[in-house]
Amino acid sequence: MHDSKPIIEIKGIGKKYNITHQRGGYVSLRDVLMNILKSPFSFLKTKAKQVVGLEKKEDFWALKDVSFNVQRGEVIGIIGSNGAGKSTLLKILSQITPPTEGEIILRGRVGSLLEVGTGFHPELTGRENIFLNGAILGMKKKEIAEKFDEIVAFAGIEKFLDTPVKYYSSGMYVRLAFSVAAHMEPDILIVDEVLAVGDAEFQKKCLGKMEEVTQKNGRTILFVSHNMGAIRQLCEKTIVLNKGSIVDFIETEKAIDIYLSKTKSEKIIIPLKNTNREEFRIKKIEFKNDTNKPWIVECFEKIKIEVIMEITENIPNFRFGIGINSLSGERISTVHSDEKTLEKGEYLVSIELENRLVPGRYELGLGVLNRYQLPGFSILEVENNKNNDHKWFNPGSIDIKSDFVIKKK
Amino acid sequence: METTVIRPRKTFSLKDIKELWQYRELLYFFVWRDLKVRYKQTFVGVAWAIFQPFITMVIFSIFFGSLAKMPSDGVPYPIFVYVGLLFWQFFSTALSDTSNTLISNQSIITKVYFPRLILPISSVMTKFVDFLIATLILIGLMFYYGYMPHISGLLILPLLLLITFMASVGLGLFLASINVKYRDVRYALPFFIQIMLFLTPVIYPASIAGKYSFLLAINPMTGVIQSARAAILGTTPINWLLIEISFISTSILMILGIYVFKKTERYFADII
Repeated sequence: MHDSKPIIEIKGIGKKYNITHQRGGYVSLRDVLMNILKSPFSFLKTKAKQVVGLEKKEDFWALKDVSFNVQRGEVIGIIGSNGAGKSTLLKILSQITPPTEGEIILRGRVGSLLEVGTGFHPELTGRENIFLNGAILGMKKKEIAEKFDEIVAFAGIEKFLDTPVKYYSSGMYVRLAFSVAAHMEPDILIVDEVLAVGDAEFQKKCLGKMEEVTQKNGRTILFVSHNMGAIRQLCEKTIVLNKGSIVDFIETEKAIDIYLSKTKSEKIIIPLKNTNREEFRIKKIEFKNDTNKPWIVECFEKIKIEVIMEITENIPNFRFGIGINSLSGERISTVHSDEKTLEKGEYLVSIELENRLVPGRYELGLGVLNRYQLPGFSILEVENNKNNDHKWFNPGSIDIKSDFVIKKK
Repeated sequence: METTVIRPRKTFSLKDIKELWQYRELLYFFVWRDLKVRYKQTFVGVAWAIFQPFITMVIFSIFFGSLAKMPSDGVPYPIFVYVGLLFWQFFSTALSDTSNTLISNQSIITKVYFPRLILPISSVMTKFVDFLIATLILIGLMFYYGYMPHISGLLILPLLLLITFMASVGLGLFLASINVKYRDVRYALPFFIQIMLFLTPVIYPASIAGKYSFLLAINPMTGVIQSARAAILGTTPINWLLIEISFISTSILMILGIYVFKKTERYFADII
C-alpha cells in the first residue's frame, strides 16, 4: 500500500448544467414537434444560432474548480447552504453523473449512500430486500449472506423478515434500510444527508455505528449534512462549499464558524423559475428571522418571510398564499392574505407565521390565487435547541396548543 | 487495490464490457427482482406466463384460423400461430420493457452507480424466462398434433433467439434514450407495437404477400419467425440468406443502439 498517496484525489472538478437541465427538464416530443411545425423558420434560426454560437445557452456551474485530497482513514464533513454544490459533488464522486471537467482518483472500493433503502421494493420481503439492496449498494452475494444475521439484528426486525416491506412501519423500514447500508465495507464511504430520517434514538445508534466502523477499520468517509451536531461528532476536518467552490478546508470547529458567519451575511436568494405570467413576477424571497442561519428557525419562534414582486398590470382579486408541506409532499397548512385589488408597481409582501411546527424539515411553497404557484421554494428547518422544557415532541407535524383539565366529577 | 478514475465521460470503451461482467451479480438480482415481483403481484402467478400466450393463440385460431381461413403453410393453424406468437411476444414485451426501464428505475439511477446497460439487459432476460415458460405450451401443442421437430432444425433456435435479443435490445436502447428526454414517447409505443404485429408474419405466412414478400424481410422479426417455423415445423426449407440478413441488420441495430444509449447515458441522472 502506498500510504503516502491520498486515497481521494480531486483535481479541478467542474460541473456545468444547462439551465434547461437544471429545471428538471424533460419535455414532450409532441411539444417539440408542434413548435417545429408551427414556426419552422424561427426554429431553424435558433438552431443555426446555437450551432454557430451566436446564441449562448444559459449555463450554470454547479461546481467550479474544486480540488482537494483526502488521506486514508480521514472523516471529512462537507457543509454549505442549499445550492452550494454539495449534492453535485457527491453525485460526481459516486459516478452518478460525470464531471464536465477535471479528474478524480479514488484508491479503493467506493460505496455511496445518497439515500437509505435505494431500490427497496415494497412487494418483496425484508429478507429479499436485504439481498437486493445490498447488491445495489455494491455488495457481493456472499458478503451479504455472511453479514445477514448481523444486519437483521441491528435493524431489530427478526420477526418480520418474511413480511413484505410494504407492511412495515416507516421506522422499521428506515432501520432495515440503514442497517444494510451500515454493513457495507468499502474503503471509501460517501454519505449524504441520510441521517435526517428515523427517530432520534436510531439516529444516535447510526452515528455510533459509523464512528465505530471508522475507528476500527480506518474507513475513509465523506459526509454531507445540515446537522452540525453530527458533523462535529464525526468529522475532524470539514470542507465549506459556497456557490460551487471551496471556501475553506480546515478543522471542523472553524469550518462551522465560517459557514455560519457566511450564511448570516448573505441571505439566500432562491433561483426563481419564470412565472410564465407577464403581469406578475417574483423578484426575491427572503427569510427575515434574526438568526445566523437562513431558513432555520427555533421551534415556536415566529417565521418571517419577505417577498418582493412586480406587477405590470392591475390585478383585481389578488390573494397571496403560503403553503407548508411535509417533505413527503403532504400539505400541513395553507395560509393566505385577504383578497385585494393591486395596481401595477413593485410590492413588498411581509409575512409572519405563528410557528407550531414540530422540529424537522418542511417544504415551503407560495402561490397567488388563480395565477401562480411556486411549490417548494425552500426547505425550512425547525430546530429545538432552546426549549429545554420541551425536550421531545409527540408524533405529528404540528404541536397544537392544548389545555387538558382532568377533574374528579 | 481497486482504483477508480473519474473523468468527463467518453462515449464507449472496452472497459464498459469488462465492467458489465463485474456487475453480473447485480444483473442477476434485477432479473430475480422483476420475476419475483411480477409473479407475486398477479395472483395467478407463474400461470400468467402460460395463460396469456395460450389464450391469444386460442382467439387468433378461432378468428384468423377457423373464420378467416388464413393459410398456414400446411400446418394446423394453432401451432402455426403459436410459434409466431412465442417469438413475437418475446420481442414485443422485451422491447416495451427495455424502453421504459430507465424511467421505472429512476430512483435507483439517481442514487447509485452501476453500468446502466444492465437495466435493459435485465428486462430482456426477464422476458426470456417468460419465453421459456411459454415454450411448454408449444411442446404440448406439438404432442397434441403429433409433430416431431427436426433435431437439426432445433440447433438453429439459439441463433434465432440471439437475433430476437439483439433486435429488442437494439431498438429498446434507442427508445429508452429518447424516452428519458421525451416522456410522451412511451404512450405512443404500444400503438406502434400493435401495428408491427400486423407487419410481421405472425398470424399469416410470409408467402401470403406473394412477390412482395421480400418487403417483409426488412423487418428482422420476419426472418426469425419464418425460420423458427421452418426449423420447428418444417414448413419450408430454412432460408439461410434471410437469417444472415436478419443477423447482420440486428447486429448493426444493436451496436447503434448501444452507441446512442452510451452517448446520452451521462445526462440520464441529470434530467430524469
